[in-house]
Amino acid sequence: MRAEAAATGRGATSPPPSAAPPRRLLRNLTAKIAAIPMVLTALVVFLGGTVWTVVYSFTSSRMLPRAEFVGLEQYDRLWSTRRWVISIENLAIYGLCSLVFSLVIGFVLAALLDQKIRYENAFRTILLYPFALSFIVTGLVWQWILDPEFGLQSIIRGLGFENFTFDPLYNPDIAIFGILIAGLWQGTGLIMILMLAGLRGIDGEIWKASRVDGIPAWKTYLFIIVPMMRPVFITALVLITSGIVKLYDLVVAQTGGGPGIATEVPAKYVYDYMFGGQNLGQGFAASTMMLLAVAIVVIPWAMLEFGGKRRG
Amino acid sequence: MGKLRDPDCNPLQARAETVLTDYAARAQAASGPRGRKPRRRLSGRNIMIYGTLFVVSVYYLLPLWVMVVTSLKGMPEIRLGNIFAPPVEITFEPWVKAWAEACTGLNCDGLSRGFWNSVRITVPSALVSIFIASVNGYALANWRFRGGEAFFTILIFGAFIPYQVMLYPMVILLREAGLYGSLTGLIVVHTVFGMPIVTLLFRNYFTSLPEELFKAARVDGAGFWGIYFRVMLPMSLPIFTVAMIIQITGIWNDFLFGTVFTRPNLYPMTVQLNNIVNSVQGVKEYNVNMAATLLTGLVPLAIYFASGKLFVRGIAAGAVKG
Repeated sequence: MRAEAAATGRGATSPPPSAAPPRRLLRNLTAKIAAIPMVLTALVVFLGGTVWTVVYSFTSSRMLPRAEFVGLEQYDRLWSTRRWVISIENLAIYGLCSLVFSLVIGFVLAALLDQKIRYENAFRTILLYPFALSFIVTGLVWQWILDPEFGLQSIIRGLGFENFTFDPLYNPDIAIFGILIAGLWQGTGLIMILMLAGLRGIDGEIWKASRVDGIPAWKTYLFIIVPMMRPVFITALVLITSGIVKLYDLVVAQTGGGPGIATEVPAKYVYDYMFGGQNLGQGFAASTMMLLAVAIVVIPWAMLEFGGKRRG
Repeated sequence: MGKLRDPDCNPLQARAETVLTDYAARAQAASGPRGRKPRRRLSGRNIMIYGTLFVVSVYYLLPLWVMVVTSLKGMPEIRLGNIFAPPVEITFEPWVKAWAEACTGLNCDGLSRGFWNSVRITVPSALVSIFIASVNGYALANWRFRGGEAFFTILIFGAFIPYQVMLYPMVILLREAGLYGSLTGLIVVHTVFGMPIVTLLFRNYFTSLPEELFKAARVDGAGFWGIYFRVMLPMSLPIFTVAMIIQITGIWNDFLFGTVFTRPNLYPMTVQLNNIVNSVQGVKEYNVNMAATLLTGLVPLAIYFASGKLFVRGIAAGAVKG
C-alpha cells in the first residue's frame, strides 16, 4: 500500500498542465496506475475469463481443462441430457412468469404508493425488506411455509377444507412455481422501487391534462404513463433477466433441484458438473449457453441505450 | 443556485417557479377547503388503496412472522399447532441451540462459526472493494485518460455476464496466485465482482460534483491522492455509506462464491445455514432451523431498517444506470 502511494506520488507531480503531446502515455500517470485494478478486472477476468470459458467449451476437458478440441461434441451431449433440457424448460417458465409478474405487480404497487397516501414509508419499507435477505434465507422460509405437513396446506385443511391440496414443492409438475412464489416475494420490491422512481419523474402536468380531458385514471396509466416510462421498464426487464439466468441459491436452498430433477436450473447444472461431477467440458458448454441467453437480451438493450449517445 | 440566476437559464427558473407555485397551490387545496364533497369521493377509492396495500403488506410480512414465531416455540408445540399461531410458551432454547450447538457434518459448534467467518469475510472485502472502486471512479470521473471509458464499458458489460462463466477461470487465477481457498482469495473475488456496480456509483457521483472544486485543488498544487483524500473523500460520505450498504448486504448474502472459493472451515454463514437446515440426517428441528435462518438474515435486515432511504438510494443508483 505504502509502496503504491510512493510510486504514484512521483507520478502526480510529473504531468505538467501543458504537457507536450509526445509524452501522452505519461500524462495522468497516477490515475492510470490507480486504475490498474479496474483494467485487470475488465481485461483478465471479465474479458479473458469469458473468452477462456467459451474456447474451452469446445474441448474434451474432464477433471482438468485440456486443450483437446472436439468441436461441438459437448453441446451435442448437453442438449441430449434430460437434466439440461428440464433446466432450460424450468428457466423459461420461471423467467417468463417472473418477468410478467414482477413488472405487473411492481408497477401496480408503485402506482398505489404514488397516490399521495399516508404511511407511504412504512408500506415501502415492508414491501422492500425481503430484498435485503439472501436467497438462502428466502428459500428456507418458503420451504417451510409450503411444506404440506406444516405450512399453508395443513392450515387450510385444519379450517375444514379436507381435500385442499397445495404442495408445490412436492409435486414435480408445479414445483418450479413454488420457487417462483419465493423469488417474487424477494424481488418484487426492487422493481416497485424502480417503478416508483419512474412515476415520480413524470411531469404533474400530464395528470392535470388527462384529468381536464376526463380520462379515467387507469386509462391514463395504461396508455400515457406506461409508454412514457419505457426506459424504466426496459431497465427493469434487463435487471430481471440477468437475475433470472443467475438463479441458483434459491433453488439450492428451497428444493435442492428436487423432487427428482423437477426444479433443476442451468446455473446449478454448471456448478454440479464443474465442481461436483468433474466434467468441466459440460460445465463450460452449459455456462456458454447461459452467456448466450444474457447476450440476447443485453446487447440489443445496450445498443438502444448507448449506441446513439456515444457519438453525440 | 448561481446557475439559476444566469440569464440563459431563465426558462428553467420560470419552470421551477411554476412548479413551486403548483405545489403551493396543491398544498393549499389539500389543507384549505375541507369540504365534504371531495372527501367522500376519495374515501371509497382510499379504502381500496389502503386495503390492497394492507393485504399485500401482510403477505410480505408473513414469512418474517412465521420465522419469528416458529423460532420461539418448542418442538411439541410445532408438531401440534399451526405455523402462523403465536407461541403458547415462549422459549429461547432454539436460538441458543442454533447459535452454539447446531451441527454441520462433524462440527457441532453452531452457526456462531459461520457468523464469525462471515464477519471476517465481509469487513475486509467491503473495505477493500470500496476503496479500490472509489479510486477507480475518481480516476474515471476527474482524471480522464485514454482508454478509461473503454475499460469501464467492459466492466459494466461484465456485470451482466453470469458468474458461472467466470468461475473456473477465477479458480485457476487464484490457484496460480496461491490464494485459492483462503480468505484473501475470497476478498479478491468479492472485490472483482463487486467492482462494476460500485465503480459506477462513484464515477457518477464524482462526475456530479462541480468541476471547479477539482480545478481549484489542482491549481493549489494538490496531486491525485491529495485531491482524493482531502477534497473528494470528505465530500462523499453519503455515497460511501450507500456503497457500504450495497457491499455489506451483498457480500453477507453471497452463497455461490462462499461455496466455490473457500474451504469448509471458512464457510460463510449462508453456506453453513444451508448445510444445517438441508442436512438429511437426524430429526428436523424446525424451531432451531428458523432461529438459524433469522440469525443469518439479521445483519442485512438490521442494515436495511437502520439505513432506510440510503438503501433505496443505493439500489436505485445501482439499478437505474446499471
